[in-house]
Amino acid sequence: MSDAHAAAHATPPELRHHFVDLEAQKEASSLGMWMFLVTEVLFFGGMFTAYVVYRASYRRAFEGASNLLDIRLGAFNTAVLILSSLTMVLAVWAASQGKKKLIVLFLLLTMLLGATFLGVKVVEYKQKFDHHEVPGAHFVVPKGLAPQSELFFSLYFCMTGLHALHMIIGIGLLAWLAAKARRGAFTPRYYTPVDMVGLYWHFVDIVWIFLFPLLYLLGRNTL
Amino acid sequence: MNTSTAPASQRVHYLNASYGVKSWLLTTDHKRIAILYLIGVTVFFAIGGVAAALIRLELLTPAGDVLQAETYNKMFTTHGVMMIFFFMIPGIPGVLGNFLIPLMIGAKDVAFPRLNLLSWYLFMIGGLTALWAVVHGGVDTGWTFYTPYSTVYSNGWVVVTAVGIFISGFSSILTGLNFVVTIHTMRAPGMTWMRMPLFCWGMYATAIIQILGTPVIAITLLLVAAERLFHLGIFDPAQGGDPVLFQHLFWFYSHPAVYLMILPAMAIISELVTAFARKPIFGYKFIAGSSVAIAVLSFLVWGHHMFVSGQSVYAGLVFSFLSFMVAIPSAIKVFNWTATLYKGSVSYQTPLLYALGFIGLFTFGGLTGLMLASLGLDIHVHDTYFIVAHFHYIMVGGTIMAYLGGLHYWWPKISGKLYPEYWSRVSAWVIFIGFNLTFFPQFIVGYLGMPRRYHAYPDEFQVLNVMSTAGASILGIGYVIPLVYFFYSWRYGKDAADNPWGATGLEWETPSPPPTENFPETPVVTGRPYDYRTDEEEKAVV
Amino acid sequence: MSDTAHGSGLGSYFAVFAALMTLTALTVWAAFQHLGAWNTPVALAIAVAKAFLVAFVFMHLRSSPRRTLLVVAAGLLWLAFLIVITVSDYLTRPWLPIYGT
Repeated sequence: MSDAHAAAHATPPELRHHFVDLEAQKEASSLGMWMFLVTEVLFFGGMFTAYVVYRASYRRAFEGASNLLDIRLGAFNTAVLILSSLTMVLAVWAASQGKKKLIVLFLLLTMLLGATFLGVKVVEYKQKFDHHEVPGAHFVVPKGLAPQSELFFSLYFCMTGLHALHMIIGIGLLAWLAAKARRGAFTPRYYTPVDMVGLYWHFVDIVWIFLFPLLYLLGRNTL
Repeated sequence: MNTSTAPASQRVHYLNASYGVKSWLLTTDHKRIAILYLIGVTVFFAIGGVAAALIRLELLTPAGDVLQAETYNKMFTTHGVMMIFFFMIPGIPGVLGNFLIPLMIGAKDVAFPRLNLLSWYLFMIGGLTALWAVVHGGVDTGWTFYTPYSTVYSNGWVVVTAVGIFISGFSSILTGLNFVVTIHTMRAPGMTWMRMPLFCWGMYATAIIQILGTPVIAITLLLVAAERLFHLGIFDPAQGGDPVLFQHLFWFYSHPAVYLMILPAMAIISELVTAFARKPIFGYKFIAGSSVAIAVLSFLVWGHHMFVSGQSVYAGLVFSFLSFMVAIPSAIKVFNWTATLYKGSVSYQTPLLYALGFIGLFTFGGLTGLMLASLGLDIHVHDTYFIVAHFHYIMVGGTIMAYLGGLHYWWPKISGKLYPEYWSRVSAWVIFIGFNLTFFPQFIVGYLGMPRRYHAYPDEFQVLNVMSTAGASILGIGYVIPLVYFFYSWRYGKDAADNPWGATGLEWETPSPPPTENFPETPVVTGRPYDYRTDEEEKAVV
Repeated sequence: MSDTAHGSGLGSYFAVFAALMTLTALTVWAAFQHLGAWNTPVALAIAVAKAFLVAFVFMHLRSSPRRTLLVVAAGLLWLAFLIVITVSDYLTRPWLPIYGT
């Protein structure tokens, strides 16, 4: 970065040297972030494809295995994540208003809710291990179910595992933002990082909005 | 903006703006990053080339005498993985795309310069990880990693290779993302979409595939790794999984990846043809549109790799039909290039020699592609040397020819030096002859029934295989010559003028080599691209 | 993405939050109803509605430039390519008796 050149012009400190103005820089960031989210859609899309194919092939096994998931924990987590999306969007709002303390507060709340989600997930995973419902050497086919129920749990762990990984990354990003916000790095003129991490967090929420019915709800009417 | 510039040695430009290893490894200048990519892809190309040499050496005789069967398998895997993931896919976008896109659209840099540098690091980390895996551990699955072999039976370092490819996939995604955002938001005043050089259109189409295809191979390889490590059963028939699903997911990316390799090549050819025919490009809008059409259609044809896999015949029929459709935009390009050359004042300089080589060899590769796209014929030649010859005509005869043509064409801009004219012509001819001698016999031997990926073969195929190995030796020499004289000219070459070809385009209006921020002042574009008509011609038209 | 969109959205954020919670309750309730073949479509429709609300209000898609919408549309179209074409293979396999069931 040729700082000498940037300094030659009277430019706002957040403006990187190769952009015409802050608006152009903001638009570029937003477009780039949305494009990244689209790659995430296709990343999870590979697993959704596998899910659709196998669910069509092994309907009974999938429904039975799905009923072994704890619907109360799943629904609770869905609510937690939706609430975290609300606190996230409020953090972005606070940033756009220049309310420094509120930004930090809402970011910390979002992190707390994210951590709650992960904590519940740990409890759920623990149950699966205890019941030998984790695919692999120690898997025991649940009573009354076809052996392909193992495939359901393979998909369950891949999908929720990668979702959880995204949550962990998200919490890390939120921590970074909160530290920056505390130092007063964001102004109503420049708060792009808050905005971008917000988009990411909402996307992770959307993934869960689809995972919840597909994994937890598909066989409940057969009970 | 034709400023008379001082000699490169007396002025500050991107190469001498700062010195030292650190100034290169921490650079965010897209031109320096392009040079970093040039070094990286050349190294991986050389390693893939060594593996190819060993393969051809083994196939000199019908018996398996140089390499054991398993070593041979590891060699063609090394060749495929290195060439495809670490040379062909990052090659043209990383080197020429990085260098040229901001210059061509009149920008100071790409939209996200630090992300651009991160892309290079991810590419190198991924490449070195995969290299470590294929060389130290050995992988014998082929670059396709078909299940259940890759998940259940193979003893190689499949997971490490997959991790390497996964990491470099991020590099590919971020590069594509960077280019699209750059083209959308960083164009100079007056640079409308229809005034944009066709190279940028081609890179834009390439980026579509990078962004929308790469995540799917990422998750697919991740699932393969998960299956090996944790015994999940997504593709394991023993647990009810379907190996053909792996092929679907794999080819959803890997077929478009072929276009990821050829679209940038086509983008280069469009520039070369018009510059050396001294004529406006014929059918600008059709060439631009066909790039995007190819990018979209490329995602609808992947099943033609799976005609004999157990895929439904009805799906095969549709895939076959759609594969024929891709020929339309590809042919539009070839017709437009030849129409551009027609009645042009053609000067046969080295870049055009490569371009002409590309057009011929790509057409050949494309037409044999149509043979493979037809459901019935593919069953006959599936997994034979016919298909090996076909895709090497596209990738080596197409992409590498175009890459070298582009490298020669823009070398004066990149290095500020002229390459030696005589030797560059020699190398162009040596590569063309060596290439055809290597791969044309493979069409015949494949059609006669020699399967790919075996280290031994029946005696009656030996003559054709000896021809192929002889050709590969010539081809190898052909690649070494440019390597030598590019190095030589970097140090000792004559200084290049700002616009040695008398070509149009913003990149030729700035000094060679360009200053760090590309243009002394932001250029303003007032006319269409490729305006090669002289004033008299302009009057005659009016 | 104008600042006004962020500023004036406060009321709509809480409204969307309430709607998302309601839809979550609705989808759990609907899952236990015997709707025959309709259980999955209903669950997916509710999920799509929720995703739509998050994207358009929380992610400010409603006030984004058109090319952002284009990017999102391209992503969804490509997802459809992947799922629809792959599934079409599996659905047409039984058409020929040689593939078995």
